[in-house]
Amino acid sequence: MSVVELAPSDLVAAPEGRVVTSARVRGMGAFLLALAAIMVLAFGAGVPSDAKATFLLSAPPAIGLAPLVMPVRWVSIALAVVCAGLGAALLVRARPRGSYLTFGAGVTVFIWALLAWAARGNTLNFEQMLAETLVSATPLVYGALSGVMCERSGVVNIAIEGQFLAGAFLGAMIGSATGVLWAGVVAGAVAGAIFGALLAFLALRYGADQIIVGVVIVAFCTGLTNFLTEQVLTPYQATLNSPSTFSPAGIPLLDKIPILGPVLFYQNVFVYGAAVLLVVVQVALFQTRWGLRARAVSEHPRAAETVGIHVLSVRYRNVILGGVIAGIGGASFTIGSIGEFSADMTAGLGYVALAAMIFGRWRPFGALGAALLFGFSISLQSFLAVLNVGIPSPFLSMTPYVITIAVVSGLVGRVRPPAADGVPYSRE
Amino acid sequence: MKLELAGITKAFGPLVANDRVDLTVEEGEVHCLLGENGAGKTTLMNILFGLFRADAGEIRVDGETVHFRDPGDAVRKGIGMVHQHFMLVPVFTVAENIVLGFEPVRRFGFLDRRRARADIRRLSKEFGLDVDPDARVENLPVGAQQRVEILKALVRDAQVLILDEPTAVLTPQETEALFKIIRSLAASGRSVLFITHKLKEVLAVADRITVMRLGRVAGRTTPAESGEAELASMMVGREVELVVNKKPAEPGPPVLEVSDLTVVDERGLKVVDHVSLDVRAGEIVAVAGVQGNGQTELAQAVTGLTDHDRVSGSVRLEGREITQASPRQRLRAGIANIPEDRQADGLVLPMTIADNLVLDVYDQAPYARLGARNLARVRAGGQEKLKEFDIRASSAELPVSTLSGGNQQKVVVARELSRPVKLLVASQPTRGLDVGSIEYVHRRIVAERDRGCAVLVVSSELDEVLALGDRVAVMYRGRIVGIVPPTTSREQIGLMMAGVDQGAKDGAGEAPPAGDGERAGDGDRP
Amino acid sequence: MTTAAAPPEETLSEQGAPGAAPPPWWLRALRWTAEANVAVVSFCAIVFGLFVGAILIVVTTPATLTAWGQIGSAPGHSLSVIFSTLGNAFGALFTGSIFSPSAVGHAISTGQGWAAAFTPISETMVSATPLILAGTGVAIGFSTGVFNIGGQGQLIAGAIAATYVGFGVHLPLVPHLVLVVLAGAAGGAVAGFIPGILKARTGAHEVIVTIMLNYIFLNLLNYLLVTPPLQQPGQSNAISRTVPASARLPHLFGGGLRVNVGFLVALGVAAAAAWFMKRGTLGFEFKVIGANPSAGRTAGMDASKATILVLTISGALVGLAGMSTLSGTDFFLSSGYGGNNGFNAITVALLGRNRPLGVVLGSLLFAALSTGGRYLQANTNIPLDLTQVIQAVIVFLVATPALVREIFRLREAGAGKILLFTKGWGA
Repeated sequence: MSVVELAPSDLVAAPEGRVVTSARVRGMGAFLLALAAIMVLAFGAGVPSDAKATFLLSAPPAIGLAPLVMPVRWVSIALAVVCAGLGAALLVRARPRGSYLTFGAGVTVFIWALLAWAARGNTLNFEQMLAETLVSATPLVYGALSGVMCERSGVVNIAIEGQFLAGAFLGAMIGSATGVLWAGVVAGAVAGAIFGALLAFLALRYGADQIIVGVVIVAFCTGLTNFLTEQVLTPYQATLNSPSTFSPAGIPLLDKIPILGPVLFYQNVFVYGAAVLLVVVQVALFQTRWGLRARAVSEHPRAAETVGIHVLSVRYRNVILGGVIAGIGGASFTIGSIGEFSADMTAGLGYVALAAMIFGRWRPFGALGAALLFGFSISLQSFLAVLNVGIPSPFLSMTPYVITIAVVSGLVGRVRPPAADGVPYSRE
Repeated sequence: MKLELAGITKAFGPLVANDRVDLTVEEGEVHCLLGENGAGKTTLMNILFGLFRADAGEIRVDGETVHFRDPGDAVRKGIGMVHQHFMLVPVFTVAENIVLGFEPVRRFGFLDRRRARADIRRLSKEFGLDVDPDARVENLPVGAQQRVEILKALVRDAQVLILDEPTAVLTPQETEALFKIIRSLAASGRSVLFITHKLKEVLAVADRITVMRLGRVAGRTTPAESGEAELASMMVGREVELVVNKKPAEPGPPVLEVSDLTVVDERGLKVVDHVSLDVRAGEIVAVAGVQGNGQTELAQAVTGLTDHDRVSGSVRLEGREITQASPRQRLRAGIANIPEDRQADGLVLPMTIADNLVLDVYDQAPYARLGARNLARVRAGGQEKLKEFDIRASSAELPVSTLSGGNQQKVVVARELSRPVKLLVASQPTRGLDVGSIEYVHRRIVAERDRGCAVLVVSSELDEVLALGDRVAVMYRGRIVGIVPPTTSREQIGLMMAGVDQGAKDGAGEAPPAGDGERAGDGDRP
Repeated sequence: MTTAAAPPEETLSEQGAPGAAPPPWWLRALRWTAEANVAVVSFCAIVFGLFVGAILIVVTTPATLTAWGQIGSAPGHSLSVIFSTLGNAFGALFTGSIFSPSAVGHAISTGQGWAAAFTPISETMVSATPLILAGTGVAIGFSTGVFNIGGQGQLIAGAIAATYVGFGVHLPLVPHLVLVVLAGAAGGAVAGFIPGILKARTGAHEVIVTIMLNYIFLNLLNYLLVTPPLQQPGQSNAISRTVPASARLPHLFGGGLRVNVGFLVALGVAAAAAWFMKRGTLGFEFKVIGANPSAGRTAGMDASKATILVLTISGALVGLAGMSTLSGTDFFLSSGYGGNNGFNAITVALLGRNRPLGVVLGSLLFAALSTGGRYLQANTNIPLDLTQVIQAVIVFLVATPALVREIFRLREAGAGKILLFTKGWGA
């Protein structure tokens, strides 16, 4: 090891090593300036000076707030000034510390202006948009947590998409057949666990390549659920594929809070479950014996073995638990949302969840942030489609995928996964 | 605690790594297990520690036969091991590493970090093992990491401590400090099993010595009974020349000129710090230093393997600027590179010997024409090289992974020396090799020098540095602290390896460079 | 990875005792069938895949489910229903993909209807064409340690480019076709270049990027299909213009058999790829970088460049696959173009163990499964998706030879170890 060259504040070596260089910070600053220019030219000058946008800010259980009415041009220009200021700050100081926060603030300001522009002469239910962000983020949180569980023991789980499909399918079918929604949740968990176990079995016992096995599990689940949907669900649609869904339940008092109340505290069990799970996994991973051992296994399995930890047992347990979590997340697609199962309904969100995990640097709370970002892009896309802003809907549909690519290739910087992630372990 | 190994046998496929090995370690003794690389020492220790299962034989602790299914069993019986490659999780703190697998917990499995810290402080005071429990292991110098490993065993109340090649990464002074710790452990009634291939150390620290050769016990002795030469011939099975025969160098004009070279690593830390160095035709410059002081990065910067944006300063070959040249341009210009880790960087293990021999010239005549490879020529060339470089294999069409370490290294040497070479960069050229291969590689390097080639050797083995080098450059924390003749005393070079500037010995270990204070637990002051 | 075990010394033990005669060829052949070599493992995997398919049919088809219910009262009847269902299903798979004995009999006895007799095998070759092309592309990526899951996107990109050149350019048959083929390759190459450059420059893992690009190209296609000039004029449906005859791959035989020049192109590409990987200097570089990138770097190779290049080449071949269906059989694009071909390319590459010859054989097998599957769906109402399940099971086993050894109790084979590996996130 050698000498620290840069002053400590020049270098953010986050615990799991995200290195932010000054060049990257300047890049962010320049990007914000470009956004500000767009805001002035397109959202400011590009609209009639008297155009107004209305944001609805209240929903049923909460104490009502008056709708926010904004003159689009002036709001856009004011926000552009803020955005440009933030961008200039990044350019001038070029300090990594806090740069992501500044950058995030700039982008948020841009999105505000974008929404105002999109809703010009119209009404946007902002409240509902936030709520849908959370709803869209929920399966991603489950998926990302599943990824965290597996990869923090050293196994790459690229099969989340398949576990989603299996969980969604079995959740809908059992939920519908029994009429008991909780049975659907359990069924989803079991379905996920089965494919987690398959991944663990092939990868750990036989040393098969984890990424290949993962991809093939997705292919298998896609084929199987499509096959069974046509062969079994469709003929018996009424009994096997018509589950009811969990309806939102308010948490007394908290759901009365303006704006945030209905968003955070008037949701269904899947959302609450995700929140609880997030905290549990985060704390367990970093504060308990179980977490210390799992992380050791994912970083340096041989070292773990030499202190008497059974590497493969830890991996089996984590991968199967990860499957359970992904399976529950899968069930949320059906019984937590629209009810019936349809072929390929997860639309690649399992992979998006994986990207959220990477963006969150293999940490639950980090993954939450990323999942919210993706969730927002999904809900933004549907709201923009409704507002009919003139962007063709296929391009709006691309948004989450484009953001995912941006995230894995640039925004995160070089991230450091657990050192032994994806590496088969054998003793001799 | 008395430990006995009786008739231990272990084979990997056709290779018998341990053949009926007997070994007894008495309570409170320092027992050295001496043998050259590949003699089966590490395999034996892995069996003792429950990592491998022996094919035959038994282990007895205080006369009672035990069966270790995994390291946990061994630890419970009071056996602790400090592995050659440290078994530490780099991103964990010292405390986390020490308690791993043995964690003090509160309710619901929550870690009791306070207790862990207290335990560590107590033990480190007791044995003089200075470490900061909250430092991250990856930020510690190797000497401190080794202390963490020892503490790890002591926390588990080890009565027998196995140290596998513990001095490979230490300066002579750190080695002395380690010996002091070993003696205090023995004085407290613990036994130490010290594994090494270095004769001087054995004689310095052992109470009793067991020598292994080719998987068998070749002899048992004590420092009082046997001297260095005797131990060497026991270890190798024949008389060994302990020196490299070479004529005085006849240096020509400079071939490699490095000036003001600085390299930062991926985290932005300076690993090579304003280094200037010349290597002239017909001389060997050996770079000494404890591993991790920038030698590897220096060699990589010379061979072009470092990303250009992490390098500043200039590198010139025969006066031509090559700082921005790609590795391929450099090797075409006449730089040969024997990389430090032959399996990771030098060879493609699943590919054939013949293919590995042309890894650098596969697209050149006569091995290829117009984008098509001439496989017959590659094969024939491979067969020739087997003979020329004494590579022991029946055919060049075998995967290179089937060769022994020594022969694998000969494949790398053969490849690199088969094209016109002006500068040879050899990093740890004999690491992990048997004595025969070491002699061969040394002869080849000296022959290149005598042919008029400039040679830059990087080695953490002081013996090798002193034997090969015509001049010795010592690196410490990315800087060259001095360039001295190979006749310089080991002690003085040792001090330089610990960062004491030549001729400025009063500054020993003080005044660390700016920013150093941030590194918690930086405890490698000599 | 640390290998604590000492590497074996130069142990090149002689086979058998000196002087002992080698066993007769038939004994060796017999032994060969009992060891886990590549051919036997693949065969066992296929058998097991079909077995899983059979189980799925038995437990989900209404007729057999009813029969299960009566197994106590009328066991003979139940079993005969179950076996006849299976017989019909596998019979349909065979009839639909290879030939129908009755049609061949008819053709022989009357001298008429040869075309009908050859239709199934022709259809199998038609389905195999894109699989061979795309599978070869994916296989080249695999041998370089690059996992290209972007088959679907690259296939669409190739097809879009080929369609534009198909209807937008007016030339005689041969030059037009050459242009269309090149356009297909170029479209795929662009789609492959994107993950390549991102991986080389930023370290973005190609698995995620290529999957995301699949969805992006799918949406792009959806957009273009409803936008001039690609959209068929006068149509409100999402359908492209039709390419003219000069942009269509000619049929190889007459009589309405759809197998076309594309099949020969695919075989030619596979052969070229085989040569490229075995004899080409660039192929050697790819293999070295796939097996050990840092050794490649030390020897002067440029791993980033190779990554970009291999993904581009891989994408180009997959793009050709998109072109081959457009110009060979479909002649226009529609939503969902390409179906599962992009994904099945991965499975055939795995089944063929990255060897072009293996990819050709694997493609023919999976093509037969899917043409047979379509016939099965038409005749017995068993969904086509069954074949995807069978394929997935086959690849599970191919990727896990040790498991096949255990299931079928095979001896370990010295040769034929399957070298498939990908890199973790860090690579």
